[in-house]
Amino acid sequence: MTLKDIAFRNLRRRKGKALFVLLGLMIGITSIVAFTSLVETLTHDINSKMEKYGANILITPKTENLSLTYGGLSLGGLSFEMQEINQKDLEKIRTIKNAKNVAAIGPMVLGAIKIKNQKVLLAGMDFKVSHFLRPWWRIQGSKPDGEGLLVGAEAARVLGIGIRSRIEVNGSRLMVQGLLEPTGSQDDHMVFASLPMAQRVLGKEGRISMAEVAALCSGCPIEEMVTQISGVLPGANVMAIKQVVKSRMVALEHFQKLAYGLSAVVILVGGLVVLVTMMASVRERTSEIGIFRAIGFRKSHVFRIILLEAGIISALAGALGYIAGMGATKISLPLFTDSHQIALNFNPITAGGALGLAVFLGLLASLYPAFLAARLDPNESLRAL
Amino acid sequence: MKTIRLENIKKQYGVGQATVMAIQDINVEIQSGEFVAIMGESGSGKSTLLSLLGALNTPTSGRYWVDSLDVYALDQDRRADFRRENLGFVFQSFHLVPYLSVLENVMLPMTIKKIPRKKKQELARQALARIGLEQKGDRLPNQLSGGEQERVAIARAVVNDPPILLADEPTGNLDSRNSREVMELLQSLNGRGITVIMVTHSPEWSGYANRILWISDGFLSRIDRNN
Repeated sequence: MTLKDIAFRNLRRRKGKALFVLLGLMIGITSIVAFTSLVETLTHDINSKMEKYGANILITPKTENLSLTYGGLSLGGLSFEMQEINQKDLEKIRTIKNAKNVAAIGPMVLGAIKIKNQKVLLAGMDFKVSHFLRPWWRIQGSKPDGEGLLVGAEAARVLGIGIRSRIEVNGSRLMVQGLLEPTGSQDDHMVFASLPMAQRVLGKEGRISMAEVAALCSGCPIEEMVTQISGVLPGANVMAIKQVVKSRMVALEHFQKLAYGLSAVVILVGGLVVLVTMMASVRERTSEIGIFRAIGFRKSHVFRIILLEAGIISALAGALGYIAGMGATKISLPLFTDSHQIALNFNPITAGGALGLAVFLGLLASLYPAFLAARLDPNESLRAL
Repeated sequence: MKTIRLENIKKQYGVGQATVMAIQDINVEIQSGEFVAIMGESGSGKSTLLSLLGALNTPTSGRYWVDSLDVYALDQDRRADFRRENLGFVFQSFHLVPYLSVLENVMLPMTIKKIPRKKKQELARQALARIGLEQKGDRLPNQLSGGEQERVAIARAVVNDPPILLADEPTGNLDSRNSREVMELLQSLNGRGITVIMVTHSPEWSGYANRILWISDGFLSRIDRNN
C-alpha cells in the first residue's frame, strides 16, 4: 500500500468525477494539438510545394486580367489571348547582375487547340530545361523531339490516346511520344510540345505567353533578382513564387494566432473544470482525509495523494488529447488544402508538449484543492464522519 | 511503555458569549498497560477528551504528556508522526476507507512507513488473523457485517503495534454478541500490554476496564476502580 495505490483506487472508485476531469483537460489538449498540427502540416505542405517547385520566378505579360494556377498554388486562371512577351527579350535575363544564379529559363507559349473535337490547352516549352523547372515530372515513353507531343495523364484518359498515337493538330499530324504520370496539378490536363512547334501550331512564332526562371535559391537574393529582371523586362510582370506563398503564410499565421487564442480559452475552461471538480472531490472526502490524518498521515501526504490523482488523470488526458487532436487534424485537413498526399507525422515535440501541458495544467488547477485538503483539521474532518 | 499524563487540560469552543467549556481542568495519569473507560452523559465532554488524548485537538490550556513528550508542543507534522507511532484509533462508525479492500485498510497506517510491500502485507495478514478475518482480506468493507468491520478497524488500529489504543464507543453500532466479541478483543490486546482508553455509554462494557473516568460538564467528576 502506497500513496500511489490510494490515488489509483480512489480514481477507480470515483470514475464519474475522474472522467469529468479527464474530459475537461482532454478537450483543451485536443484543440491545441489539432490546431498546432494543422498549422504545422499546412506549413510543411507549403514548404514542400516550394521545394518541389523548380521554377521560383514567374514572368508573365503585364495585363489587367491575369491570374494563374500553378504548381498546386492557386494563382487563378489565365486569359490566353492577352498580349505576349517577345521570346528574344528573355535573353536580357542573362545580362542581370545575378545572372550566375539563374539555373534555367523556361519560355512557354500557351494556346487552345482542338483534338478529337475537344478543346485542350497546348503548352510549348523547352524540354532541355524541363528537369530544372518541373523536377517532379515522371514520363512514360520519352520527352518529345521537334515533332512529338507529351500528354498529361488526365488529357490522355479523356482523349483516349496513348504512346505512339497520332493526332491531327491544326493540320499537322503529330505523334504522342510521352505520357506524363499524374502530378496532381494542372499539367495533367495539358498537352506539351516543343516551343518552336507549339509556336508554329498556335501561330505565335517568336512570342511567348510566360516564362519560368529557376534561380539557384540557396542564399540567392530572390527579391533582388525579381527587381533586376523587372528592370530588363519593363513590359513584363515578374514575381517570385515566394511572394505568392507569403500571402498564404500570412493567412496561416493569422489562423495560427486565432487557433492559439481559442485553445487558450478552451484550456482555461478545462483548468477551471479540473479546479471545481477537484474541490468538490476534496469536500466529499473530508471524512476520509480525517481518517488519514488520524492514523498519522502528514499534511504533505494528503497533498501528494490529491496531486497524484490529478497527475494520473492529466497524463491520461494529455495522451488521449494528443491522439484525438491528431485524429481531428486528419479529418479536417482536406478542408484546408487540396493536396492529396499530405503526411500527418508523429511529432515527439508536440506529443511531449501535449503530455507536459496536460500534467502542468492538471497539477496547477489541483494545487488549491490539494492545499485545502492538506489543511483540513483532522478533528473537524472526523466530526464530519 | 508509555505513561499518559494530563495536566490542567481545558478545552473551550467558540468565542465571546458563545463559548462552551467542553473540558475543564482535567488532571489524570494513565499508566502503561491500563484499560481505562471514559463515561458520562451525552455532551459531557468524553469525545473531546478522547480527541485531546488522540492529539487531534489542541487544548485551550494545559499539557498532555506521554512519558517525557509534551505532545501539544509538537508542530502539526510531528503530531501526525506521534499519532502514527504511538496511537491506534477505533471509531464508533468503523470508518474504513470504502474503496480499499479489508487487507489494504489494515495496511493503511503502514502506507508511509518505509517497509517493503510484502512485509506490510504480511503484517496486515497477521493482524487480520488475530481477529479471525484472514479469509476476508480481499473483500471491500461493505461486504462485511458491522461486527466484522469493527474488528477490521481494530486490526487497522493495532497493525503498527501502537502502545496506546483509543476507542470511541467501539460497540455503539453493534449488537450484544458482536459487542462482546469486540470487547474481548480489546481485552486481549490490553492483555498484550497495550494501553486501552475507551469511551462508552455502557456500564456493562465499562466493566472490562481497570478504571472508569466519569466526566460531567467537562469536569473529571469521579474515578472508579474495577476489581
